[in-house]
Amino acid sequence: MNLHEYQSKALLKKSGVNVPLGSVAFTPDEAVKVAESVIEATGTDVIAVKAQIHAGGRGKGGGVKIAKSTEEVRRYAHDIIGMRLVTHQTGPKGKLVGKVLVEQGIYQPGPAEVKEFYISILLDRSTSRNIVVYSPQGGMDIEAVASQSPQLIFKEEINPLGLQPYQARKIAFNLGLTGKAYSQMVKFLANLYNTYEANDFSLLEINPVVKTSDDDIYAADAKCTVDDSALFRHPDIAGQRDLDEEEPAEVEAGKNNLNFVKLDGNVGCMVNGAGLAMATMDIIKLSGGEPANFLDVGGSANAKTVAAGFRIILKDPNVRVILINIFGGIVRCDRVAQGVVEAYREIGNIPVPVIVRLQGTNALEGRKLIDQSGLRVYTATSFQEAANLVKEMVEKQAF
Amino acid sequence: MSILVGKNSRVLVQGFTGSEGTFHATQMIEYGTNVVGGVTPGKGGQKHLDRPVFNTVDDGVKTTGADVSIIFVPPAFAADSIIEAAAAGIKLVVCISEGIPVADMVRVKYFLEDFPATRLIGPNCPGIITPEEAKVGIMPGFIHKKGHIGVVSRSGTLTYEAVDQLTKLGLGQSTGIGIGGDPIIGTTTLDAIKLFMNDPDTHGIVMIGEIGGSMETEAAQWVKIHGTKPVVGFIAGQTAPKGRKMGHAGAIIGGTADTAEAKMNTMRECGIHVVESPANIGRAMKDALK
Repeated sequence: MNLHEYQSKALLKKSGVNVPLGSVAFTPDEAVKVAESVIEATGTDVIAVKAQIHAGGRGKGGGVKIAKSTEEVRRYAHDIIGMRLVTHQTGPKGKLVGKVLVEQGIYQPGPAEVKEFYISILLDRSTSRNIVVYSPQGGMDIEAVASQSPQLIFKEEINPLGLQPYQARKIAFNLGLTGKAYSQMVKFLANLYNTYEANDFSLLEINPVVKTSDDDIYAADAKCTVDDSALFRHPDIAGQRDLDEEEPAEVEAGKNNLNFVKLDGNVGCMVNGAGLAMATMDIIKLSGGEPANFLDVGGSANAKTVAAGFRIILKDPNVRVILINIFGGIVRCDRVAQGVVEAYREIGNIPVPVIVRLQGTNALEGRKLIDQSGLRVYTATSFQEAANLVKEMVEKQAF
Repeated sequence: MSILVGKNSRVLVQGFTGSEGTFHATQMIEYGTNVVGGVTPGKGGQKHLDRPVFNTVDDGVKTTGADVSIIFVPPAFAADSIIEAAAAGIKLVVCISEGIPVADMVRVKYFLEDFPATRLIGPNCPGIITPEEAKVGIMPGFIHKKGHIGVVSRSGTLTYEAVDQLTKLGLGQSTGIGIGGDPIIGTTTLDAIKLFMNDPDTHGIVMIGEIGGSMETEAAQWVKIHGTKPVVGFIAGQTAPKGRKMGHAGAIIGGTADTAEAKMNTMRECGIHVVESPANIGRAMKDALK
């Protein structure tokens, strides 16, 4: 589960990580109120107004503004709330902004130079250990840094016993820090790692980490992803899920215990098992179609889940053919077939041809049930037969 | 011959009396697996499916001489069950449970470093089967047939698909292993490939992977140097969009090296018979053995 910047910063703050003072606002009035209290508490004359969406590159898209007065805060909040923000991560349609984070500006001139770093924590699958990835080159696209100057990307493997003090010192030295900024960074890193562990994050990315002109260290931005499998022990975080950020069809699928990802093709599919589902998408492509979705019905393919799957797939006007591919193990094919027949009766007319491929436990019984139902459903037993049918339908429909 | 499990395996079921444990233990016993008992804390001393229930894995091992365990414990407690099995001296731990927090698995892997004699398969996997000898998993037994093809795969139903194709072409299996789709797992693709290469009874290997991670690439590079038997490979997710999660945590596209295309290219370069269509896995094995 992804968190908004403001939610991430609240969790960071709880673990003692320095973050700019601020709060989320849903209206320009609220934004001004937040700004006033920040100005009063910090004496700052610079306020950042930042669109809260689950995508990077907000600044370039006009979703981050620096205000010098409360009037400017009002104007920027008014401009940003309700805008469709398009970034390289949102797709061409962009995302509707519903809220802004209003916070203390930390790029103030002062005795020392302001610097930006990159720090993230994530799992290294090859070692089954967490690693801290960091770079003195922060504030910009880290992928560009990685490809253009890989020597500026450092990695530190963390033992499951936790980030050791020597490692925090090493990172701070590698970032070129001395004096107060160095000791602040050592503390910052320890707290950052604690936040990652305490909240079961699978990714914590701070870009940039800012060294202010008075040598304090701040998380100026924060991108956190929580391990979905661990949400059961963080009900407070689970409750912060923002459904507005997710594809509505995917949310509906989740309610029915279906795992759905919307794609742009013309052949819908419904499969049991994630691996087989991806393989089914591949065979659709090899047969001349384009997969319209990924849909894993899991181990409980029955009339209810099949009907829910049909409804979700049929919402997509691009779908011209649906392929159901079930390999029965514990799931019995005759039950799935019964489910298809019942779903047809429940939904009424399904306007596109449906191919049902059943294999494994009770496959023959399942096929018979469908063949006898008189529905416009084509059956197949082998994977290749199903592929041939997809090819035939795709060609017949001449997209 | 076969690898890891066979008719002499003595299997303990962790989470024995729960609904999942009961259902699959029954299926395993029907298949002919030597299930010697199970563990459910607090139910020690009872009988379940005509077999003894123990409070701890340690009790079970001492009483029955079990050397294999299979875990059907809810994900919140499954990491602890893996560690308990290792500490009790179980040689092969098969963890079926799905949805174990990643942080728990980081600790499990760290703990297992102290128990080099224990091998973990999974979690979030269908298990392991040596046809007509022992099924330590949840796969449908009837699609398998005794033979000489080793199968290793990251997914469940896609493995069944491959096995079914093999069986229908008259190619039985020495052993089939589903290693699981999680970001952190015990036995890797390469581990399984090495075991199959060293098993005189395995004549060919089917390796099924997915986008994400580098396990198939590592296995392919090893095969290039040490391979002595034909390997057929398929990578699911050629059409998966970048950056999207497709059900398995394992199926996240990270960089350019872990796309289906990149993996398939590496596999081809390493002499693996790569199939583009998942419908051709069995046929490709048959051809490769000629």
